[in-house]
Amino acid sequence: MIAALIFVLSFTALLQFFVSYCRSLLSASRRREVSQQTRELAGITGGGVNGEEFGRLVQLVRLCPEPDDDSQAIAAVRTYFTILGLARRVGGRVSERLASWLESERGNCAYFAAVALDRRIAFNRELMAQQIAGRA
Amino acid sequence: MVVCILRANSVRRYLSLVFYLLAEFLTTWGRLFVFLRAGYSSQEYLYFYFYSDALLVICLYFALMGMYSQVLEEMKVSRYLRVAAILLLGLTAWFTYGVVSGSRDRLLTHFVVELSQNLYFVAVVLTYLLWGAMMKLRETRTRLIQLVLSLGVCVSAFAATYALRNIYPGFSILRYMPPLLAIALPVAWGYTFLKVPEEARLATARLVAPSR
Repeated sequence: MIAALIFVLSFTALLQFFVSYCRSLLSASRRREVSQQTRELAGITGGGVNGEEFGRLVQLVRLCPEPDDDSQAIAAVRTYFTILGLARRVGGRVSERLASWLESERGNCAYFAAVALDRRIAFNRELMAQQIAGRA
Repeated sequence: MVVCILRANSVRRYLSLVFYLLAEFLTTWGRLFVFLRAGYSSQEYLYFYFYSDALLVICLYFALMGMYSQVLEEMKVSRYLRVAAILLLGLTAWFTYGVVSGSRDRLLTHFVVELSQNLYFVAVVLTYLLWGAMMKLRETRTRLIQLVLSLGVCVSAFAATYALRNIYPGFSILRYMPPLLAIALPVAWGYTFLKVPEEARLATARLVAPSR
């Protein structure tokens, strides 16, 4: 009985901490601009990024290596994105306001992936420039 | 992770975290050594794992107190915090002893296992209270916010896993969760130190209420 109570309380706290942690990651990424080059490369049009593009952007992120590995943060946001998807299926039908918030949150996840892609592309460009300069 | 803190010139500020991470590093190597010598299913590994886990969770508890000191640094209450932390630790140990004192067989081992489980739950409650205090005080330091939240995720996952293991002892997949979680915390903290500058600011209210 006590173990079950501890489990329920801990799991509730886990969900709350996890959502807040992911939102802090998303909020930090919102302040960064995605470069025009990355936008063109990833086929992003307009100011924001649609939530539907998240999967494609994450696949592009995987193609670019980075020394200061951010794959843990990407994995956390991916999990958050999955939770949002489940919530959209269940809660999206109940309230229109909730559905639009979930959609905007999914868009933030996609923007986070676009920022990660931008950072990795910038790093790879720099690395390539250094290699070319080293050869010359 | 320690290198990340060194790179960020934040050793003094995050001394309790450095202490915990060094303890974690030594424990991991110790576990690997015992694992290679005695094997995964040996009694030696089992004892070493649980005894070192109890020491680690005490270190984690002090890392959490270090975060409390940072959040409440303007109130100058760090002395009271230290006393309260030791009192709470003593109370948890006393409660745990009360629970396990009935078992005459391997009392110390039962005590150690039970103590680490109880301390993880106490850590969940304390992290939740800290997060509440941060919201109330409108804490804006992004780095501190992310450190506390990632700690919250890990300790609550630890506590939930241990509780689930008590409910379903035969659920073998749960045995692999604590080592994975033990890796996740330093990785999350490392990410925070590498990617979030000390001067970055964030409104805590944005993290809990839907953005408008």
